[in-house]
Amino acid sequence: MNKDWPLWEVFIRSKNGLDHKHAGSLHATDARMAIENARDVYTRRMEGVSIWVVESKYIHASNPEDSDSLYDPANDKAYRHPTFYDLPEEVKNM
Amino acid sequence: MIALQDEKHFLEKVTHEIRVEPKDWMPDQYRKTLIRQISQHAHSEIVGMLPEGNWITRAPSLKRKAILIAKVQDEAGHGLYLYSAAETLGISRAEMIDQLHSGRAKYSSIFNYPTISWADIGAIGWLVDGAAIMNQVPLCRCSYGPYSRAMVRICKEESFHQRQGFDILLKLSQGSKAQKNMVQDSINRWWWPSIMMFGPADESSPHSRQSMEWKIKRFSNDELRQRFVDMCAQQVKVLGLELPDEKLKWNEKRQQYDFGEIDWKEFRNVVNGNGPCNKERLATRIKAHEDGAWVREAAAAHAEKRRAKSARAA
Ligand SMILES: [Fe+2]
Ligand SMILES: [Fe+2]
Repeated sequence: MNKDWPLWEVFIRSKNGLDHKHAGSLHATDARMAIENARDVYTRRMEGVSIWVVESKYIHASNPEDSDSLYDPANDKAYRHPTFYDLPEEVKNM
Repeated sequence: MIALQDEKHFLEKVTHEIRVEPKDWMPDQYRKTLIRQISQHAHSEIVGMLPEGNWITRAPSLKRKAILIAKVQDEAGHGLYLYSAAETLGISRAEMIDQLHSGRAKYSSIFNYPTISWADIGAIGWLVDGAAIMNQVPLCRCSYGPYSRAMVRICKEESFHQRQGFDILLKLSQGSKAQKNMVQDSINRWWWPSIMMFGPADESSPHSRQSMEWKIKRFSNDELRQRFVDMCAQQVKVLGLELPDEKLKWNEKRQQYDFGEIDWKEFRNVVNGNGPCNKERLATRIKAHEDGAWVREAAAAHAEKRRAKSARAA
């Protein structure tokens, strides 16, 4: 069986001023080839103005099992949101 | 006990339309089903390039040639999106390619039919891509995140495929008598294999039920097939031609078309490797892969050399 080239994750900025967003992944021997291939596969219809590639093995992800401890506490911190505060009608533009 | 909890949590997610992601717990059988389905789907995109690729050098005009190249290139991309989605489930690309080349993995039987006239390229776009779209649109809501995202991307690109195919047939059908006959002949040959693309009838489709429960599948084979028949029965009139089915008839009560019996013996025969082009397709694919070996080796060696060089410079 053949050995696969390293796997890369592709991130694309669709328009100037927007964040790069994960588009998918591909195999390539190095970063340059990964960018060239990403260009051919993910931006054939003007989907992007900028490409990032990161070798997948360098991506560290949070564990889904930890999601309760990571994200739940935010629930009882409603004061982080502007809607938490009732202001008098007279206050404008806030 | 923990396994039971996991399973419950998984089913809850699926029921509430929350996507399952690669690192989430999932039942083994769910993982296996997805690997099989997604990799077969990927193989179909890749093998599907072959019947059309045959006509790139013989397209009747520069415009048609450019369009056909663009379409075939899209299909290569679809193969890549899908292989990537399958890889998130823990199978390697090399393993999938190996399964295809050794004949252990299947691909859509439709690509085992020959493309003998230019009209066949039109019929493939209209009928084969058309049937694929009918199957694929519901997959955009598949419960497995990476698969559903790949399908969204694919569906965006597919609609041009179907339209360019219909456009080929429309232009030919407005041409000479011979051209019109060529289109009818092509439709005659592609119609039945196209409606077989939806798979076995519901009562003989054993995996369907579980896949529906897991929201991998949203509609049954027969439901999708019926929709496709209804759609094409209308569209073929625009071409001024006919679908090769004497039993095709509008049913006022059902508000759907009745249609003839599918030859399932032929279907099984082609699935089992005895279609007109099974051997040729697989041989072509394997040859392309083997002929490309030196390119892959050279690219790997080149990258290695550059890495060594930049390490020395540092
Ligand atoms: Fe496709
Ligand atoms: Fe297509």
